[in-house]
Amino acid sequence: MSPFSRRQFLRSTGALAALGAVPGFLGRALAASTASTGKTLVLVFLRGGADGLSIVPPVGDPAYRDARPTLALAPPGKDGGALRLDDVFALHPALAPLLPLWSDGTLGIVHAAGLPGATRSHFDAQDFCESGTPGTKSTADGWLNRAVRRAPGPEGAFRVVAVQPTLPRMLVGGAPAVAMSSLGQFRLPGGPGGSAAFDALYAQAVDTALRTTGLETFEALREAGSAKLAQLPAANGAEYGGAPIARRLQDVARLIRSGVGLQVAVTDMGGWDTHVNEGSEKGQLAARLTELGSALAAFARDLGARWADTRVVVMTEFGRTARENGNRGTDHGTASVMLVLGGGVRGRRVVGGYRGLGRSALFEERDLAIGTDVRSVLWEATRAQLDLRDASAVFPAFSPGAPVLG
Amino acid sequence: MFEDLDLMRLALPALLALLGCATASSGGGAPAEVSTPSRPPDALPLPPVRWSTEEQAVHVLDRLAYGPSPDDLRRVEEVGPGAWIAWQLRPADIDDSAVEKRLADFASLGMSTQELIASYPRAKKVAQAKGVILDGKSPEAVRAQLAGVVNPFQLPRQVGAELVAARLIRASASRRQLQEVLVDFWFNHFNVSADKGAVRWMVSPYEREAIRPHLFGSFRELLGAVAHHPAMLFYLDNWASTREGFSAPKRGRLGLNENYARELLELHTLGVDGGYTQQDVREVARCFTGWGIRKPNEDGSFEFHPGAHDRGSKRVLGVGIPAGGGMEDGERVLDLLATHPSTARFISRKLAQRFVMDTPPPELVERVAQVFLRTNGDLTATYRALFESPEFWSDSARASKVKTPLEFTVSAVRALGGSTAGDVPMVQALNRMGQPLYRAQPPTGWPEVAQPWVNPGALVARIDFGLKLASGRLTGTEVPLPAVDGAPEEVVDRTARAILHRPLGETTRTTVLAAVGASEVMPDGERRAIDPARLVGLLLGAPEFQNQ
Repeated sequence: MSPFSRRQFLRSTGALAALGAVPGFLGRALAASTASTGKTLVLVFLRGGADGLSIVPPVGDPAYRDARPTLALAPPGKDGGALRLDDVFALHPALAPLLPLWSDGTLGIVHAAGLPGATRSHFDAQDFCESGTPGTKSTADGWLNRAVRRAPGPEGAFRVVAVQPTLPRMLVGGAPAVAMSSLGQFRLPGGPGGSAAFDALYAQAVDTALRTTGLETFEALREAGSAKLAQLPAANGAEYGGAPIARRLQDVARLIRSGVGLQVAVTDMGGWDTHVNEGSEKGQLAARLTELGSALAAFARDLGARWADTRVVVMTEFGRTARENGNRGTDHGTASVMLVLGGGVRGRRVVGGYRGLGRSALFEERDLAIGTDVRSVLWEATRAQLDLRDASAVFPAFSPGAPVLG
Repeated sequence: MFEDLDLMRLALPALLALLGCATASSGGGAPAEVSTPSRPPDALPLPPVRWSTEEQAVHVLDRLAYGPSPDDLRRVEEVGPGAWIAWQLRPADIDDSAVEKRLADFASLGMSTQELIASYPRAKKVAQAKGVILDGKSPEAVRAQLAGVVNPFQLPRQVGAELVAARLIRASASRRQLQEVLVDFWFNHFNVSADKGAVRWMVSPYEREAIRPHLFGSFRELLGAVAHHPAMLFYLDNWASTREGFSAPKRGRLGLNENYARELLELHTLGVDGGYTQQDVREVARCFTGWGIRKPNEDGSFEFHPGAHDRGSKRVLGVGIPAGGGMEDGERVLDLLATHPSTARFISRKLAQRFVMDTPPPELVERVAQVFLRTNGDLTATYRALFESPEFWSDSARASKVKTPLEFTVSAVRALGGSTAGDVPMVQALNRMGQPLYRAQPPTGWPEVAQPWVNPGALVARIDFGLKLASGRLTGTEVPLPAVDGAPEEVVDRTARAILHRPLGETTRTTVLAAVGASEVMPDGERRAIDPARLVGLLLGAPEFQNQ
């Protein structure tokens, strides 16, 4: 049985409002004592259905070029060509900043990852990826919240953070989680004194969701203020650049480096729904990948020694059609690619059970077929970072099978 | 007891007074001053309820308007909710010239897409035309190069800025409050994002031409207007979808694109569980091939391209569509979808979520869906069924919804009888709370339910907004502050009543009194005067003001 915190208690039972007025200093003291040894799981969700077949193109598959006359990337060595990973796979050239991580073994790739019971609806597919229960829509909480609820760990206000304006579905549930657009904007005028009255008002709120959110908010505000989190500069010469995903990952790095006990961070990135003019080595998709690749590379560099305790999983809700459509783009498909980065990853490998783009190998004669269940990859990273044992508590009715990258 | 309350709500004397007023004003002809409808329509029959007149009025304004303003509250209390709702259901009868006059300054609001493209060209295009080469090494350097060349108020972003400002002005000040709430609902239902390419110029005509004229008509007309609109055709890529094997002169081989077809079924009509298959998606996509746009970056009007259309026969939801139908194929699909039982349920449920509660009872949804079906998707009849339902008037519906950022900011301005010009600080506040208007990226639009809006980052942004608004630091948005004469307890009670429309709980009251310094005593023994900005900021940021 994992520790059952006061805030979890409030969340799950809607207990007496009076309890809410007790400040979380006990929790913060605990956080401070355990944070420096803690591990962190970072999830980056590419919303819109990212095209795995262009991100990690199977340039060694003869069917690849036939399926994508204008979108296929040139083979390694050619001008603007993809970057060789092994005999079959290459990396999109816009992801060149990730090559050092590939070389030092802290980047591994799972190709042909997907969820069973394919749905080509963004909404449903994201919902299933985040509830962790494909095919079941009535699941109330998110898989990552279930994981956190069962994990031992620090009890600080910044234990679970989503750096995005709204809390993602995967973090909905009994365990408290903070969502914020950015650390810089997470403050109130007048400093700690200015927020004290609101703290008290929310402690008395009748609406349970507002009361518990208020409690989390004011605890986090106190902590962010005292640690001056938003001002922490990048270390080791890391250069993030100005892309939104870079700024978000920099905030995650700040939380990790300042030792506030960050155990789980989630962020997302849009712009992957490339139905029209997807582009090849340049263009729409390449622009997104440039942002993503350089942000991840800067993040790894910024973390320095803490990179070893960090694991990043990059995922999307589904892949795209094997063949390009009539608009030099791709439509909604099935399996895509997942990137797993960080310490403890046995990387420098593309795994996952890719079965090729030949007509008979395709799912419903149109999509890359699933070789690995997304949940296996998520579970592997979650187990490692959150020190969990029981997969079925996180992903009901699912057994993770053999290790993927572990 | 019920009968008495019912009578109270119908407020017969007030209704009669309204008749008198209307007669007087119809001869007067001072439109901006008219405060009552020219023709009093029949009041809606509402179920009995145990709430006070003020409670009923507040509930109606919380849901059918952007919260109570002092004026609107008085009006609903005077005529009764049934008559007020009936009035709101006929927006053409409501004089709104004061707001229209305020919008006259926004040149872009009345323009066609073609005019907008010509009047608000991309900066690069302007620079190119003037022979300026943009070779700056950083974004700042490029901006500096553009500074002397481009008029910042003639760029594409101005179209969005004016549309956002107009939305905020209308939401806060329009007397057609229900219409403005429905614009928000239906735009969101048929979402397009101004962030996607040429949509930036099309989004303003889209709201004006496809959404606004059809809010109270039939669902089929609304659906059709949206399906024909270049903003939707561009946003969901249908303009580029052609029959398989089609080649265009400069663009090479084209083909089918499923994007619009899928969202039409999943998000616009049947709902994801509405009983369609992947095969239906493809067939629907085939039906809509050729529904395109004339030169999207130049003209931007609807155009059917017969050559790109798939002329074969199709089968959608088990219904055969014979070959050679041309553009009519798409119309047939819309006919089929607009009256489908799944559509009726899907639309009814979403409306119930918006107007009644996040998890509406299935019986309510079913009842409203039956009205939708019986009336062939008559939207006014559908709304009426919701507003007349016992569920709408139930205790569990009252103050049960968390305001969206738009609802929160606008209701704050209205609560104090203030006004907004929809300037940058107001817009930035919405962005921080997670609702940049007209820029929801996914076709699902913004969530209708509370959960995604309640989180620490958004809460901080809400509290911050309330404090800034009250202390006059939100340029372009102003609220008058309440008088603070009298004993501090009186001032707090009076102000809380005016903003929250309910008495404060005892602990909350004590907290507020302490926070505004009511207990502090000056050296001469006098009690310190309450800072009204501090008081209002506290109340707007309080949990009670986040609900509606």
